[in-house]
Amino acid sequence: MGVATAWVSIIVLLPVAALAYQAKLGGWDSFWTAITSPDAVAALKLTLGVAFVLVVINAVFGTLIAWMLVRDSFPGLGVINTMIDLPFALPTIVAGLVLLILYGPGSPIGVNIAFTRTAVLVALLFETLPFVVRSVQPVLMELDREMEEAAASLGAPPFAVFRRVVLPTLAPSILSGCGLAFAKAIGEFGSVSLISGNLPFSTQVMSVLIYGQIESDNVAGAAALSIALLVIALIVLLLIGVAQRWGMRHEDAA
Amino acid sequence: MTARRWTVRLLALGYLSALLFIPVAMIAVRTFQNGIGPVWTAITDPNTVHALWLTLQITLIAVPLNTIFGICAAIAIVRYDFRGKALLNAFIALPFALSPVVVGLCLILTYGRTGWFGADLANQGIQVIFALPGMVLATIFVSLPFVAREVIPVLREIGTEQEQAAATLGASSAQTFFRVTLPAIRWGVVYGVVLTTARSIGEYGAVAVVSGRIIGVTETATIHVNTAYQSFDKVGAYSTALVLAVTALSTVLIMNLVNTRRGEG
Repeated sequence: MGVATAWVSIIVLLPVAALAYQAKLGGWDSFWTAITSPDAVAALKLTLGVAFVLVVINAVFGTLIAWMLVRDSFPGLGVINTMIDLPFALPTIVAGLVLLILYGPGSPIGVNIAFTRTAVLVALLFETLPFVVRSVQPVLMELDREMEEAAASLGAPPFAVFRRVVLPTLAPSILSGCGLAFAKAIGEFGSVSLISGNLPFSTQVMSVLIYGQIESDNVAGAAALSIALLVIALIVLLLIGVAQRWGMRHEDAA
Repeated sequence: MTARRWTVRLLALGYLSALLFIPVAMIAVRTFQNGIGPVWTAITDPNTVHALWLTLQITLIAVPLNTIFGICAAIAIVRYDFRGKALLNAFIALPFALSPVVVGLCLILTYGRTGWFGADLANQGIQVIFALPGMVLATIFVSLPFVAREVIPVLREIGTEQEQAAATLGASSAQTFFRVTLPAIRWGVVYGVVLTTARSIGEYGAVAVVSGRIIGVTETATIHVNTAYQSFDKVGAYSTALVLAVTALSTVLIMNLVNTRRGEG
């Protein structure tokens, strides 16, 4: 266990401490100036705004896909199930390139969304596709179908069965998948940097802005923005923990 | 019933096709648009070969180190009680919460020219940032949690009875680990190694920040895709990207295989 603690200290703890130290070095005022500068505010708004839209789309389509994988059956479903993990394995820069081929200049279907906010959203949807699917799927598999059948036999219409019986059980896993997707989305760099065009005040997200500041040797500014991004991610991960505990209590009650 | 099932099917498959299946398939189509000749030229270009070789080197250093560490960390967290255990648990998950760019910045602030150890390292003649060591550190950082995260639940599930029995029968702790514990957690380890490898090969942001992007020197495969695309060498970008995509596809298939095996016990 000494080995494990030493390894984490050298690889993770030390560099993160250096980041915190750098941010502290400048003092609160320069930290505040850095994160309230117009381009930082614009980037933060875009990053968080897109992440919220993304969470809603992921909640709906992630649950839908998980539903199909668990409840439906047709030839090829196994292959589709395997491919859901592809966005985790595919390098982010390749993901960006692949989306540019279909939805960029020279698109074979005549759709060009390159360098727009929609492109940022699409790239992030690609990167976060597996989170909700993989967190809802096991819960849906364990779900007892008797309750649904009982509700249906008592005359509840199908959508009411879903909303009143299935959805409450799935809610914690949907939330935790959404939280992971959100945390991933606000930090994502590779795919977005390629497809967004990185236009300040328009399509520039936080990670790309930080990258630009590092390149132009504004380390203090980059550190301040990084701390802001890290704090947001930590809050989201903390909320996931709460959602998971809520889910466990739900299980105990059932 | 059938109508609803078809609606779900149509929506889910439509979404997956538009976002995932068709874009990924298109890269193969576009790469071979002008036949295999230009692709071969692009792949055998010295800069491409160097980039792929560099990615392989980094992966071969990062994956074994993170595997050994991941197993140690998992055993420490599940089997022992010690001060700072909660912290170890929290910091192991931290790389998931950090943007790759932020990881790169952290390393620059630690080992860079003006960083904590920058001056000392420079005096020793050791260059970390804009060189291989920095890129390896960045890769280890971002792929650190995977093995531990896969092994921890398996260790919890198998319990300690067999390990205690082995110890009672006089096995040394090394014998107990290699004969009892390791065989029991092997599929968890394999799954973690596959994920670590995929992340190491595919890392872009963190490595790009610390590498300085020197073509033919500190350019990895993922950075090469970007450089080629930005310099309008589409065939070069597509060819290298296709190599990475095929690797990713193999990863996903291996993950599926391991999951099936694991299910069988």
